[in-house]
Amino acid sequence: MAQKIIAGVTIDVNEEGYFTNPAQWTKEIAVEIAREEGIQLTDKHLAVLDFLRERFSKGEALTIRSVGNSGIIDIKGFYGLFPGAPMKKAAKVAGIPKPASCV
Amino acid sequence: MANEEFPIKKICLICAKGTIEDVYAALVMGNGAVMEGIETKMFFTFFGLDAITKKTMNNLHTGVVGNPAMRMPGGLPFPTILGALPGVEAGVSAMMRSQMEKLDIPPVKEFLEMIEAGGGEIYACKLAMDMFKLKKDDLWEGVKEVLTVGQFYEKSGGLQTQIIFT
Repeated sequence: MAQKIIAGVTIDVNEEGYFTNPAQWTKEIAVEIAREEGIQLTDKHLAVLDFLRERFSKGEALTIRSVGNSGIIDIKGFYGLFPGAPMKKAAKVAGIPKPASCV
Repeated sequence: MANEEFPIKKICLICAKGTIEDVYAALVMGNGAVMEGIETKMFFTFFGLDAITKKTMNNLHTGVVGNPAMRMPGGLPFPTILGALPGVEAGVSAMMRSQMEKLDIPPVKEFLEMIEAGGGEIYACKLAMDMFKLKKDDLWEGVKEVLTVGQFYEKSGGLQTQIIFT
């Protein structure tokens, strides 16, 4: 298992940079990872990250549709917050594993 | 490695059939590409037009006659003769749609809206529309343009582009 120092804290990550222990996540760390991805975190970003972390902790699938139905943001807005590959980027910043869902 | 050096940058999907499974195969691949940040264009032709026609898009069926992979609930083979009975195809199709809903797979219209929200583009085939006497107004309002095959190829150019016929 690889390790990475983010915001002064040592984090366990896999070879793609996803957290292997979501409990190590903090907001300060999220800000740092987001910056590496070229994203300046806002409250909207953080609300989405909280939503994803909560779904992950309940064992629910991380689908783009669930984000769209979260009441936090619509799907277009989600693509705007995490440009390119929103689900993967958001999961990385949220400190949870790479989403394994096809939708 | 070649697949890291030359990732897919653009996907052009062609959907020519109107069964639930054919349309969803195209939609899942299209939406999946958009989610990966791949430029995505979807081209609907022949019976695939049902998926982008307002009247039919949310009521697609699956073929229950002559489908050897069809099973009864519980796994026994589905007798072809059963599929010929009135209402069976509609019932099986409704069951398939409800199974998909449980997996968070959206209805066709919502799925297309998701693809569009991520920047994917949806096109219809001019020749098939002429054949089925469909007008642009009959189509879902998110359809970007009605194209000839030549226009489709013009939009499909570029290195690291794949054209997939589902």
